[in-house]
Amino acid sequence: MTRAVFAALLSHWWRNPLQLFTLMSGLALATALWSGVQAINAEARASYDAAAATLGEGRFDQITRSDGGLIDQADYIALRRSGWLVSPVVEGRINGQRVIGIDPLTAPGGLGPVTMDGGNIAAFLGGTGQLFARQETFDQLGETGAEQVVSADIAPGTVITDIGIAQRILDQDGLLTRLIVDPVQPVRQAKLDTVVPYLTLQAARSDTDVGRLTDSFHLNLTAFGFLSFAVGVFIVHGAIGLAFEQRRGVVRTMRALGVPLHRLIVLICVELLVLALIAGVIGVALGYLIAAALLPDVAATLEGLYGANVGGSIALRPVWLASALAIALGGTLIAAGGALVKLVRTPLLASGQRRASAIAGGPYNWVQPAVAGALLLLAVLLALFGSGLVAGFALLGSLLLGAALALSMILSGVLKVGSTLARGPIAQWFWADTRQQVPGLSLALMALLLAMSTNIGVSTMVSSFRLTFVGFLDQVLNAELYVYTTEDWQDRAMLDTVSNRVGSVLPIMSTGSTLAGHPAEVFSARDDPTYSENWKLIEAIPDAWGVLARGDGVMINEQLFRRTTLQLGSDLVINADVTLPVIGVYGDYGNPLGQAIVTEELFRQMFPDVRASRFGLRMSPGDVAGLRADLIAAGLPKGNLINQSGIKAFSMSVFDRTFTVTTALNILTLAVAGFAILMSLLTLAALRVPQLAPVWALGLTRRQLGWLELGRAVLLAVLTGICALPVGLALAWVLLAVVNVEAFGWRLPMFVFPGEYARLGLFALVAATCAAAWPAWRLARTPPSDLLKVFSNER
Amino acid sequence: MLLRARSITKTYPGTEGPIEVLRGVSLDVDAGETVALTGESGSGKSTLLHLIGGLDAPDSGSIALQDIEITALDDAGRAAVRRDRVGVIFQQFNLIPSLTIADNIAFQARIAGRYQANLVSDLAQELGLAAQMKKYPEQLSGGQQQRVAIARTLAAQPRLVLADEPTGNLDEETADAVLDVMTKLTLDSGAALLMVTHSERLAGRLARRVHLRNGAVA
Repeated sequence: MTRAVFAALLSHWWRNPLQLFTLMSGLALATALWSGVQAINAEARASYDAAAATLGEGRFDQITRSDGGLIDQADYIALRRSGWLVSPVVEGRINGQRVIGIDPLTAPGGLGPVTMDGGNIAAFLGGTGQLFARQETFDQLGETGAEQVVSADIAPGTVITDIGIAQRILDQDGLLTRLIVDPVQPVRQAKLDTVVPYLTLQAARSDTDVGRLTDSFHLNLTAFGFLSFAVGVFIVHGAIGLAFEQRRGVVRTMRALGVPLHRLIVLICVELLVLALIAGVIGVALGYLIAAALLPDVAATLEGLYGANVGGSIALRPVWLASALAIALGGTLIAAGGALVKLVRTPLLASGQRRASAIAGGPYNWVQPAVAGALLLLAVLLALFGSGLVAGFALLGSLLLGAALALSMILSGVLKVGSTLARGPIAQWFWADTRQQVPGLSLALMALLLAMSTNIGVSTMVSSFRLTFVGFLDQVLNAELYVYTTEDWQDRAMLDTVSNRVGSVLPIMSTGSTLAGHPAEVFSARDDPTYSENWKLIEAIPDAWGVLARGDGVMINEQLFRRTTLQLGSDLVINADVTLPVIGVYGDYGNPLGQAIVTEELFRQMFPDVRASRFGLRMSPGDVAGLRADLIAAGLPKGNLINQSGIKAFSMSVFDRTFTVTTALNILTLAVAGFAILMSLLTLAALRVPQLAPVWALGLTRRQLGWLELGRAVLLAVLTGICALPVGLALAWVLLAVVNVEAFGWRLPMFVFPGEYARLGLFALVAATCAAAWPAWRLARTPPSDLLKVFSNER
Repeated sequence: MLLRARSITKTYPGTEGPIEVLRGVSLDVDAGETVALTGESGSGKSTLLHLIGGLDAPDSGSIALQDIEITALDDAGRAAVRRDRVGVIFQQFNLIPSLTIADNIAFQARIAGRYQANLVSDLAQELGLAAQMKKYPEQLSGGQQQRVAIARTLAAQPRLVLADEPTGNLDEETADAVLDVMTKLTLDSGAALLMVTHSERLAGRLARRVHLRNGAVA
């Protein structure tokens, strides 16, 4: 029996390949978007883990020079002799690749590519030495004379080698970049400043851990992926619902012929799971392609925003493979659950006829509007009283789902009004018939609503971010030329060269600190109109810059302001001797850390060991090129001179890469929604024949019916688009004012972009028209014999 | 006695209160007997047929088929009766559109575990379907589809054939031909036939007639 029933079930797909294609492609697309995003996340996280494992970044305290310079190897030896368990690190760049030299004999456990137990320690330390890196890193690095060992475990863009080899190839003989402090130290050891006074100990700061910094970015990506999957599940739900509906008669026949219900249910589940597995594998493959295409841009974004190195190629990781297949199977079961329950509850003698009203959307009753209302109410409550990132995403979810569920009700209401206002029999029939189609198309329209509102929301967020960031760059990068120095003679050469040729020299000094219990940085600001004229303060007391210049106050960035209870006028302890009132709050987009600015004089008093290594030079833009050439002639390395336009160009390129990722995901989501409409219309086409045949018999041509079908789809898409606009703007507000603040610590002003929304609306309209064109064309070409069958009871 | 139905009642909910469709109907059918079940529309003919076939359960009364009390069975038990002992021919054919004619005819025999290729072939030959075996139901006329439904039922060799106006959609000539074949094949296999019909003419061609009026045997 099982074989015969299973064959009969499968024969449905064989005879209805379009429906099978709908189901498989819907599930595959949904899985593809989800697994693509997950693949990117998994790759990035693997890169962070590789960095943490090989370099110990963020895990260990470090000793560096207060002025940012290099450490003499003799000082390292002095520290070891005085009881400090420290390990030397040399770091530099060759052809843009980060070269790190470590000492495996003294490094804390687990660091580096080789261990004392490994058999290759001799090769690592001796002879020409070994370099460990990924192949793509070696390709960029070029020849160094050392043996190259390809290792996928090393962080992207990073080369690990023995410290001696690193010193040789970086030309830093006898010099070290920093010292890693072993977590286990002897009870008795000399104080650091008594051994080497110019060195400072920096605690491992969890807030700068790259994994945590980028979590929010990945959370956003994951949310996007999940949203895409939800849109996909809508399609799958529709396709499965339709398949069940179309097989109602067959199922009834099989039951009437003696197939037990429970066996039928089991076989249908097996059938669906097999199909889901196949679609899931296809989806994973598509997801791999999506991830491979997007990863370079994501990697550039992560490196630009957070300095996190992420590899540019995707590896097949079991975790995301399994999660993608699980989500495909889970999505199918979710989508099929309702249909199976309905099947169990349907009496054997219930009508086997297909009912358009029962397709996909299910019976239109009070439950859906009630759930929609409850979800929207929950969204409002979360917006008013919720806090934390989880509440932010719960707000997003309830807003989108509530709006999607409310769509049928709204469309039905609008179409009812249209029906009342319509004049003439055809117009009245058109509006009434369109209203009748809403339940059948509701899932596809919900998918379109979600896709469009996501597009509007994310585009608004990214565009607002871009606009704000451009303004912010203009505010922060007000100096025409930036000079970096590492030695005192370079300071003198720079000052001699620029003397009388620039408007002002703005030294930029900073040091790590802890402010109001949070890891932070303290910056200095020289009393100069550059700041007061360019910087826009979010909150400030009157004449804040004047007060700052007098040393009577401190300005803090928005991150510190939001993370603490500090208000204007609150006292902020800068160090043990200095406590100042907060006099202003400035926007500091892109910086994960808290920050405070004090006047230059006060900074020098508080931190006498910190030397100014960066300088902003104000001058006429036309003089930049000449001065730059003279500074190079004075001995300053070319790489230490960066003009404003270079930094801005780099920053904007980071954003453009971010845009690429966002745009790609937007287009994919919209394409999935367009696909949903196409598939819904195609699969509903057979059910439309009995509804349209009487109208045809009464005098409308098939061509007219085809045009009316097209117009109906476009009308529904337009109405859905109109509904999507407020939902999308609400989504943008949630992203900017709630999620962004919780995730990054700053709030962006929200801008609206009517032109962009109009363009998006046009895209959606084109997608809907394209999706409806084929079914309408098919309808216009339906043979009269098929239409006549409606009246002869032979269908 | 092949079928013994006693004091069957059945009520359906209606918009203006419950509708009493069957009021204590009793009916016996012997093996090899052909019985016509006639009556006006709404007299309860189809409902009685569905209850006997285990497609629905009566409110009260008993239905025994070869000593199996159908009313005492659960859903799975009733499915087994339909599969193994009863064959139902519906007015709307209820063929499986995605299966070929050959597979449709063989379907019930296969799920009952009594599939015989030569029987299927003989039935197709007798019912004039031999040339249609590779086609799909939608490619056949209404009369041909009804013959497929008959062949499907007989291929499973049921003890009792229940037919609900099997020729209702056919013209007189075709209806007569279909009934002749159905009766002959049923009797050849030693089964009994209980057929619902509106047609006095067709009812007259069967061995016995049971007339229902307002839910009771007249």
